[in-house]
Amino acid sequence: MKPMLIPMLLLLTPMSAQAATPEERGLEIATEIELRDTGFHDFKATMSMLLRNKHGEESLRDMRNQTLEMENDGDKTLVIFDEPRDVKGTALLSFSHKVGDDDQWLYLPALKRVKRIASRNKSGPFMGSEFAYEDISSQEVEKYTYKFIEESDYEGKPCFLIERYPVDPNSGYTRQQVWVDQERYISLKIDYYDRKNAPLKTLVFRGYQQYLNQYWRADEMHMENHQTGKSTLLTWKQYDFRTGLTDGDFNKNSLKRAR
Amino acid sequence: MSETFFRFVLKHKALVIFLAVALSLLMGSGVKQLQFSNDYRMFFSEENPQLQAFEQLQNTYTKTDNVLFVVEPEDGKVFTRETLAAISALTKEAWQIPYSLRVDSITNYQHTYAQGDDLVVEDLVLDPASLTDEALLEKQRIATGDPLLVNRLISPSAHTTGVNVTVHLPGKSLTEVPEAAASAQEMANRIEEAYPHITIHLTGMVIMNHAFPTASQDDMKTLYPLMFAAVILVLVIMLRSIPGTLSTLIIIILMIIATMGLTGWLGIKLSPPTTTVPIVIMTLAIADCVHILVNFLHGMRDGESKHQAMMESLRINLQPVFLTTLTTAVGFLSLNFSEAPPFRDLGNMAAMGVALAFFLSITFLPAMMMLLPVKSLGGDTLGSTTMLRFAEFVVRNKKGLLWGMGVIILLLIAQIPNNRLDDQFVKYFDESIAFRQATDFTTDNLTGIYLIEYSLESGETGGISDPGFLRKVDDFAQWYRQQPYVLHVNTITDIMKRLNRNMHEDDDDWYRLPDRRDLSAQYLLLYEFSLPFGLDLNNQINVKKSATRFTVTLESISTQQLLAIEESAQAWLAEHAPHMRISGASPTMMFAHIGSRNIVAMLKGTSLALVMISVILIFALRSLRVGGLSLIPNLVPMGMAFGLWGMLVGEVGLALSVVTGMTLGIVVDDTVHFLSKYLRARREKGMDREDAVRYAFATVGTALWVTSLVLMVGFSILAFSHFQLNAGMGMLTAITLGLALVADFLFLPPLLIYFGGKKS
Repeated sequence: MKPMLIPMLLLLTPMSAQAATPEERGLEIATEIELRDTGFHDFKATMSMLLRNKHGEESLRDMRNQTLEMENDGDKTLVIFDEPRDVKGTALLSFSHKVGDDDQWLYLPALKRVKRIASRNKSGPFMGSEFAYEDISSQEVEKYTYKFIEESDYEGKPCFLIERYPVDPNSGYTRQQVWVDQERYISLKIDYYDRKNAPLKTLVFRGYQQYLNQYWRADEMHMENHQTGKSTLLTWKQYDFRTGLTDGDFNKNSLKRAR
Repeated sequence: MSETFFRFVLKHKALVIFLAVALSLLMGSGVKQLQFSNDYRMFFSEENPQLQAFEQLQNTYTKTDNVLFVVEPEDGKVFTRETLAAISALTKEAWQIPYSLRVDSITNYQHTYAQGDDLVVEDLVLDPASLTDEALLEKQRIATGDPLLVNRLISPSAHTTGVNVTVHLPGKSLTEVPEAAASAQEMANRIEEAYPHITIHLTGMVIMNHAFPTASQDDMKTLYPLMFAAVILVLVIMLRSIPGTLSTLIIIILMIIATMGLTGWLGIKLSPPTTTVPIVIMTLAIADCVHILVNFLHGMRDGESKHQAMMESLRINLQPVFLTTLTTAVGFLSLNFSEAPPFRDLGNMAAMGVALAFFLSITFLPAMMMLLPVKSLGGDTLGSTTMLRFAEFVVRNKKGLLWGMGVIILLLIAQIPNNRLDDQFVKYFDESIAFRQATDFTTDNLTGIYLIEYSLESGETGGISDPGFLRKVDDFAQWYRQQPYVLHVNTITDIMKRLNRNMHEDDDDWYRLPDRRDLSAQYLLLYEFSLPFGLDLNNQINVKKSATRFTVTLESISTQQLLAIEESAQAWLAEHAPHMRISGASPTMMFAHIGSRNIVAMLKGTSLALVMISVILIFALRSLRVGGLSLIPNLVPMGMAFGLWGMLVGEVGLALSVVTGMTLGIVVDDTVHFLSKYLRARREKGMDREDAVRYAFATVGTALWVTSLVLMVGFSILAFSHFQLNAGMGMLTAITLGLALVADFLFLPPLLIYFGGKKS
């Protein structure tokens, strides 16, 4: 979508909001979030995860992320692992889809082979952290249904509180409550509810920065598991947008080349 | 001073009665706040090292409270489309159990296999209805051949299977356990209804936790009425006085209400041991009342007026009743040394109870007796002639009794080492409790409930992939699997071997540990990326990937056997892998150590109580010699009882190790009554030793055997408890009290005659 359409749509939003059902309004907000984040083309960033258990032990995971925006489908992502040492050079390639299961391949340098992750249920923890793959993968609008709950605020910022329900039956969640910044249309906080609809995790976004004068990215994402007392702090650094990545950088062969 | 007080009590009887009732009810209003503890951890203090080790393990990985559904198909075949459909439905539904973290079953077991270059990770059973007979056989072969499943979630012959739900109770509210347990029970009922050919047995730590309050309440419903019936019967027969019986009953009720109310105010949670408190204090209150009433009725029979008889009874009983209350309370308070908080509560509650009983029996009781019409009874109601005849027998055979009893006592005490420590928490419940039945079925047909867990540390980040470390862990697993009573060993090395095989086109030759560190780590990474929600490896690997959880499941074995196995495991680790040596941690290990820890603690407590009680006696009796002599009849019954227990039963545990402190205070009572009468005869009446013994028998002999009988009946009723803890404690206490009476009647008199002070 062209950037100039966004202000027009913004003008429309308050009007239609009055008449719409909560479901329509929720979808509208989700669509607007995606809309505003459209057009970045690609970016590179480093990610580091600090895992902590209830006993206070900590552990670090370092990786690099390359993402390519796709026009009519979910994004393509390549994650290259640097730390722990034993998995250095391992690379995960994901094709996110608007409908159906995502495709994933993992390159194992110790084996010098690419393995497809042939599991229909990939909602487990990412690198042993409190993030599930579904929490950090490309958040396509089609992956959930929505419901607007209320206008609320989070840490003094006016928010839309919306609820979204995963379409994937294998998702670990029944629902998620998202606090969306009314001004910037970005998530500030997400509460995750498990299969029995009990509070499971809370994700808090901190240190949002704007790139290319449009795209907001959080420096820190802190995920806390209320049931096990474990937590993970995900820190994003060295964002670099429109680096010239192409489709050719996101296939099985590029996986092996990624270092 | 006490005389003025008693005169006031007898004069203002209505006021005294009103105040006693009002105050008791005021204290009793705390019963509203009474709550039952429903966590097995209640038996462990926060400082308990085994509890701390286990908490640390749980904080490193995840908590392991669980609900285990054990599914028994009628036809003895798990791998049929119908049964698998039931398992599959149960597995899916079990995620709805409150506080559940994960659900493991044979249907959602993450089966891995190679498909070309892919690693396929999927549920072992996806759609039971679509399985062909061959496929069913194949699934059975896979399940019963997988070391992670067999003897844990599937029996080797595939006739029983389990669905294990890991539950994380936040521990913030007492409703958590009943919530989870009720939900599991409902689920089991629903599934049984939908699939009538299967039976579900419910066990696991959550179900056990839930069984504590439910079995306790059951106990209360059966034991308390039984106790009241027994008390009324004994009182009617012994006192043959309706007003006396009635007054005593009211005292008992007031005292129980007040004690339980105070317990509520103090915020003490009820537990299986403390549900015995009403029965324990009931028996003790009866003793106080009987002593006062017997002398009162005795006086009236001798022609004294009601007022005179009561004043005299109070005069001669005040000191011994006060003394016995004091010593009993000291004995109970010694339970504060116990390692297990519920027994500290038991001690404190019982101490409050006896104190209340004392105050009520010197205020409410005399006031009531003044108020109610009391007939003077004719005849030898109190059996003092029988007692005199008995005294004659004892005095005549003093030498034979001294030696005979001495030999019997020594013989019995020599049997004490026959006792073995045993604390199997499943056996804390008797076979009428559903949890016990289900658990027994589980251990007979599927898996064990006793676990030993280790957090094996490699010493470096990511070290769990190190081939050297993995080999050691695997060797340890192999060693454990060769030990007797070991049903299952859960180890990460089995997953590593399986993945290695999968990575080599499922070639069985590759079912071995990867020989390179990066290879292991990357296999594990691939595997972790393939696992679904809730079925991850975080419960087996710590965040640094430096340590792994290693779980051994054992048959139902005694504490001795368990500790022996753990000891040889420690020896194995010391020899083969000293750097990863760590003691086993688990509820099973906690209970295995609690008995011996409690004995050591109670030895201190009982010794201190003994010293205090002896000092009290020496001062109260104003005789170092007689007070010192009292040590013998005070201590001997305990030694004899434990000896007899060693001969008859031979197993002691947590509950029995508190019996010493508890009975000490009660046993002393008989001695106090006997000695105070003996000394009164020597001092006030100037009798010689033999006559003083005769006098003591005549005045307190009846009261002593009556109260002992009441106490024995009371504690014997505890034998009907659903809790082996309470039943054993009750039995041993009853035996001790019986032997105390024997010692007081047959051993103390000869001792007094030979050593009981200067000849006059």
